[in-house]
Amino acid sequence: MRSTLKASALALTAAIAASTAFAGSHSLSGDLKIFLDTSNPAPRATMEAMIERFGEMHPDLNIETTVIDREAYKTQIRNFLTADAPDVATWYAANRMRPYVEAGLFEDVSDLWMEPEIAENLASTKGAMTIDGKQWGVPYTYYQWGIYYRKDLYDQYGLSEPATFDEMKSNCQTLLDNGVKCYTIGTKFLWTAGGWFDYLNLRTHGYDFHMEMAAGEVPWTDDRVRETFANWRELIDMGAYVDNHQNYSWQEALPFMVNGDAAAYLMGNFAVAPLREAGLSDDQLDFYQFPPITEGVALAEDAPTDTFHIPANANNKEAAREFLRFVVSADEQTVINNGQNLGQLPVNASASIDDDKFLEQGFAMLSSNSPGGVAQFFDRDFPAEMAAEAMQGFQEFMVFPDNLDDILARLEQVRQRVYK
Amino acid sequence: MTTATLPDTDPPKRGWYKRNEIAVTPWLFLAPAVLFFAVYVIIPIFQSFSISLYDWDGLGQAEYIGLANYQELMNDRAFEVSLWNNLKWLVFYLLAIPAGLFIALFLNQTVAGIRIYKSLFFFPFVLSQVVVGLVFAWFYLPNEGLLSNMLALVGLGPVNVLGDPTWATYGIILAGLWPQTAYCMILYLTGLNAVDPEQVEAARLDGAKGWKMLWYVIIPQLKPATFIAFVVTIIGALRSFDLISIMTNGGPFGQTRVLSFYMFEKALSEYGFRMGYGAAIAVVLFLIMLIFIAYFLWSMYREEKGGH
Repeated sequence: MRSTLKASALALTAAIAASTAFAGSHSLSGDLKIFLDTSNPAPRATMEAMIERFGEMHPDLNIETTVIDREAYKTQIRNFLTADAPDVATWYAANRMRPYVEAGLFEDVSDLWMEPEIAENLASTKGAMTIDGKQWGVPYTYYQWGIYYRKDLYDQYGLSEPATFDEMKSNCQTLLDNGVKCYTIGTKFLWTAGGWFDYLNLRTHGYDFHMEMAAGEVPWTDDRVRETFANWRELIDMGAYVDNHQNYSWQEALPFMVNGDAAAYLMGNFAVAPLREAGLSDDQLDFYQFPPITEGVALAEDAPTDTFHIPANANNKEAAREFLRFVVSADEQTVINNGQNLGQLPVNASASIDDDKFLEQGFAMLSSNSPGGVAQFFDRDFPAEMAAEAMQGFQEFMVFPDNLDDILARLEQVRQRVYK
Repeated sequence: MTTATLPDTDPPKRGWYKRNEIAVTPWLFLAPAVLFFAVYVIIPIFQSFSISLYDWDGLGQAEYIGLANYQELMNDRAFEVSLWNNLKWLVFYLLAIPAGLFIALFLNQTVAGIRIYKSLFFFPFVLSQVVVGLVFAWFYLPNEGLLSNMLALVGLGPVNVLGDPTWATYGIILAGLWPQTAYCMILYLTGLNAVDPEQVEAARLDGAKGWKMLWYVIIPQLKPATFIAFVVTIIGALRSFDLISIMTNGGPFGQTRVLSFYMFEKALSEYGFRMGYGAAIAVVLFLIMLIFIAYFLWSMYREEKGGH
């Protein structure tokens, strides 16, 4: 009797110690409403399993999870943040969260970022979560962008990963001479063109200039912006991109690469899964960092970050904070980002990267070969309205490069209104 | 006191409702419809007007800016493109009426299995607009699409209908005409049932046939069907949205937007945070619709007057 009591007391203290060591909390109760936009099968299962693990740690907490279609979520978030707010909601970092921060709909979670566990391990993404000197949420995953290419095609034509923009162009010329397009892209939904602008601009003028543009400090008609477009035009005039890309979504552009009609794709790491499913083996598929264009410009990358936030109107903020701590903890980060789950990069520096060729390359690139900085993505760094107009301009430019003056003049008009 | 409510007592003591039953009952029956029509149609119209005077992102504080949204619309090229596209929709969508009439005339005969043919022709109207949009988008695909393959058979190069800013809108309208023609056809088929055979007989005795018979005898008798076909087609043209969203998403570079799609993009879509501006576009669209609504109401009113 005594020994069992002792044992259970020991177990209890151990459990308390574990939970305090983990997050420094006491037991949680009440309801926790979680809204997720992770509607694709794999992310959905990952999130649900993670929430289940959280629930096991807090048996008194009644967790209610709602998964909303990823695209529909983008418009519904406005309604549920104001009307019937959950306690935790997914969203995106940087400027994408600005409208909600400015409307006072996201909770300031700077207190979480003061905690050493988070402050030390999540330092790399702190900038993307900061608006007006405060942090408004925590990241849970991010992924690299870069050029995914058909290694077998490159080998066949004696090409290697380009180290300079000139090499990139000469590779491209060789491919074109052999009847293979250099890059596949589908611009029907516009944002894919934003990726190309990001990289061309980051490589031509660097991270700081790009961010000045995002902040509206550089006119679109500026000569430096024109230089970026001039570099882009070189590729367009070569015929580097697949024809009729304005008709395709990013998924519909994948078959060009799978069939060998195009050799490479500038994309986020999420393109790897469908390419593998379509039958490309890891021997055929490889990755390289977008090569430098202007000498001396520090390399900077796009690495979009997906995030969790606490709505300002949430009811159970205490449990929500605990959930955020749980999500970013090293163990959870290792699990949810591994190849069986999200297949992306963990945000916690103490978490381990899954044994996957693309994740390893991406992680190495972002942690040691991106001295210029890490951008989110065009439509997350630039304000929504500017991004929408600009990406439409990019699409037009890719089809009718001669319209550039007109496009830039139009974008400049929008800039003057948006940044007032 | 209970006797007061019994019948056969003095008339002045009857309840208020009893006394006014004839006048009140219709209003009672109308009340739910009036209430919902007011809440969901009439009041939102005025709300749209008032929102269009504000600069509002749908989340924070709205700022009163007078008619600035409308001023901006005047210089907005994307708005101009949308307006022209709406006009194209209005004009070309009406082709569904003659097309529907001729298919109806063609099918209005007694052949074995005619019902099957009729239902086959009606089939596209049953399909969801989303499905129609997808089917046509594949049909138009520049390389793999059926259209390009058919053109290749006669030695013409591949065309990219939906990727070409000049042709994309016409391509979408054509896709919309497919179900709309079927709808008009059904309206005319029922209309043709009501055509008076004696008049046709009389006209035939007078030597009318072919086009003359159609123009002077048949079509005047189809006037009610034509009116309905006109109404539904105009409304269909003005609210075209789903096909555009599915087939081109407003692209290439916004050249296939119509007002309703542009409003959605500005106010409600992923990157749209301009409620006031969107409301201003909605008001313009409403005013255009108002022209037609007024015309429809007026002609229906005239019809009723004439009937008595």
